[in-house]
Amino acid sequence: MDHIFFFYFAAVIATTSVLVVALRNPVYSALSLLIMFFHVAGLYVTLHAEFLAAVQIVVYAGAILVLYLFVVMLLSIKSEERYHNQLPVAGLLGVMLCTEVILLLIQSRTAASAPAVSADPVAGAGNTETIGEALYSTYLFPFEVASLILLVAMIGAIILAKKDLNEHVQQ
Amino acid sequence: MEIGLRLAVSLAQIAAVMGVVMLTVMVLTLAERKVLGWMQDRMGPMEVGPYGVLQPIADGLKLFFKEDIIPAGANKFLFTLAPILALVPALIGFAVIPFGPTMTIELFGMQVKPFVISDINIGILYILAFASIGAYGIILGGWSSNSKYSLLGGLRSAAQVISYELNVGLAIVGVILLSGSLSLVKITEAQAGGFWNWFIIAMPFPQIFAFVVYVISSVAETNRVPFDLPEAESELVAGFFTEYSGMRFAFFFIAEYANMILVSCVAAALFLGGWNAPYPGTILEYIGLERIAWMENVVWFAAKVYFFLFLFFWLRATLPRLRYDQLMRFGWKVMLPIALGNIVLTAIAAYFFPR
Repeated sequence: MDHIFFFYFAAVIATTSVLVVALRNPVYSALSLLIMFFHVAGLYVTLHAEFLAAVQIVVYAGAILVLYLFVVMLLSIKSEERYHNQLPVAGLLGVMLCTEVILLLIQSRTAASAPAVSADPVAGAGNTETIGEALYSTYLFPFEVASLILLVAMIGAIILAKKDLNEHVQQ
Repeated sequence: MEIGLRLAVSLAQIAAVMGVVMLTVMVLTLAERKVLGWMQDRMGPMEVGPYGVLQPIADGLKLFFKEDIIPAGANKFLFTLAPILALVPALIGFAVIPFGPTMTIELFGMQVKPFVISDINIGILYILAFASIGAYGIILGGWSSNSKYSLLGGLRSAAQVISYELNVGLAIVGVILLSGSLSLVKITEAQAGGFWNWFIIAMPFPQIFAFVVYVISSVAETNRVPFDLPEAESELVAGFFTEYSGMRFAFFFIAEYANMILVSCVAAALFLGGWNAPYPGTILEYIGLERIAWMENVVWFAAKVYFFLFLFFWLRATLPRLRYDQLMRFGWKVMLPIALGNIVLTAIAAYFFPR
């Protein structure tokens, strides 16, 4: 039963990810991205990480993708043709990457060195409390670094938007 | 067999809740016009049935038989998809709302919780997630109509929903800090035992500011007056659903009212104690009718929800529409700092005085 769900979600994620770059209408691209986010959330649910699933939808589908759509609609691009002649190059690179991954997988299987994936990641990792405690104790430093990077990005956005900030100060 | 039976019970529960929600939407369409009429010193609809009480049925029939028009140049696929994308998220959120006391009854040898379809441990996040999906229906409806009024309405709505969704999320954090759970059932249970335990005035830190931020932001999220810029009649004809007619229009209409009911339910459950009566226990329990004590709880929940719905109508009759820059400034420069400050103070209070 678990495998059926996994393969369904994985197949849809793979298909819609390809569609995001392959479709010519940017709005359709954004929509297939939306479907992909939902199925990634579904994958989290099958892993008993309900909190991550909900956050995935709130943050990516609810906020970030709406902003993308907003920009796409403001620019009112009906269809984007500029990048579609890159298909041969992209296909070549994709095939190379795929072969690499497949080779690695085969190698690791023959060597039987694949690390045993624990079926039950952290006991009750789906719990909001567990995630919170792990974030603020074990992973405190990476967490703070990530928030610092976000702060820098925010300041950068403000500087870009307010180009005349310095002129006002000088007056 | 076991799974089939469970599925049947769940479907029956879902059908019952959807029925109640749809009925409430019908009541609301009439109630809104009656309340507005009363506040503006006129009668409201009076023609259909005694005192116009059959007006919603007449409206429904009218919408059902109207011609379904897809404008030339519209994106047919998205134009059809948008009303569905607006309606489904509005209805799906009711799955985690506890309408009555937490109890389990035996049905065909299974444990069934009669007053909540699904008590998942991230209930409130689930509602937030699907509320944010509702914006897609509005944005895509506006974009696919191939009309400048619709597009402007959709764009306004996108910006507005993102800005105010943030405030809704942050306002809720205070309540989560106090209750220590994301499940609406547990949050409601934490407020049992009298109105002084409701989170709006509960010690150690009353969530009155969060409550005000939540109510204002949820009015903005449902695109109601005074935040109805996505459908501002005087500027945009009807905003994002200008080009819609018939049942597709009805879908947007029902979605707006279902969203109103949903945010009212959440407000009642988070801040006003949900199905808890303002006094400890229930009167029916005291006089020895434990078996039907749940009725009193359900009535209290309905009363709180209808109070919020009345508030929506009241605001509509009272306040003029905000200008767009005022809306944005108010959301980011007034509401957001209040919500953030509330989180900091609640966290400090909850740390020093754990419940």
